[in-house]
Amino acid sequence: MAVERFPVEASHILMFARSIGDTNPIYSDPEYAAGTEVGSIIAPPTFAQSSAQFDPDYFLRPKPDKKWFGSGRTASGTLVRDLSEADGDDVADEREDDKQSGAAAGGLHAEQHFTYHRHLKPGDVLHTVTYDGERWEKQSKRAGILKFSEAVTEYRDEDDELVITAKGVGVVTEKVIDN
Amino acid sequence: MALSASQLNVGDSYSEQIVDDLTRTQIVQYAGASGDYNPVHTDEKFVTEVAGYPTVFAHGMLTMGMTGRMVTNFVGDGRLTYYGVRFTSQVWPGDTLTAKAEVADIRDEDGQKLVDLTITTTNQDDRPVLTGQATARLDD
Repeated sequence: MAVERFPVEASHILMFARSIGDTNPIYSDPEYAAGTEVGSIIAPPTFAQSSAQFDPDYFLRPKPDKKWFGSGRTASGTLVRDLSEADGDDVADEREDDKQSGAAAGGLHAEQHFTYHRHLKPGDVLHTVTYDGERWEKQSKRAGILKFSEAVTEYRDEDDELVITAKGVGVVTEKVIDN
Repeated sequence: MALSASQLNVGDSYSEQIVDDLTRTQIVQYAGASGDYNPVHTDEKFVTEVAGYPTVFAHGMLTMGMTGRMVTNFVGDGRLTYYGVRFTSQVWPGDTLTAKAEVADIRDEDGQKLVDLTITTTNQDDRPVLTGQATARLDD
């Protein structure tokens, strides 16, 4: 998953800050920001994750020409509905085949790490490079076998300078965890 | 407002209530802003009938984002050099979360003073939903 062009825009930063309930004017008011140490609007620390908006193939966004696994006329628009009714072994096989259509959404986000080389600001145009990190398994009483996988994403600017290094860890659980 | 190394001690802490009675609408708002439209976060029918959860739940990244607000309110804007978390429990609509940062270390790296923070976000039952660390630049 690579994003070729991730333009960082003031309106997107504003929307993102609102969604996390952050009213700090550093994210919305250019005049206030000009008088601060950073000197301009910056993006909140977790904003880089919204590069998903600029990944044309991002599988957790509905697309007009593809079936979506969320509900419509039925509880799910894709194979996931059939998977829930199939036997165990078939589910495992089909899950492997069906990653793109959304069965992989059975995965949960286990960890997220950001290393900041500098902070993002409107006008930055980034691109990303993602590579796979470690993979490991763990046995859990609550959720069965847990399969962890790590992905490292480098956010680079137009000069190819590293701006943020992100590391995400995903986990696929054998059973649903409902606390 | 940035923090000064001279005024900070290991063991100092700062906390904020980061959300009171989390709404499904805020989860939708985060989906829209972040671009993560996984229906487990917004689609009651899908999440209960297909995914098998009791109701929708928040994106881990929403909790990390709201917790980040507490961190930047503490250390100042543009001061973070690292922020990393582990999601330890799910966050549900109706949850009230409190995020806390505790000073674990104050150190010097190439002449730059840094603070290492231990971060914990707990829900109304005192259950940790997020644990993590952050590092920020300090004034001398």
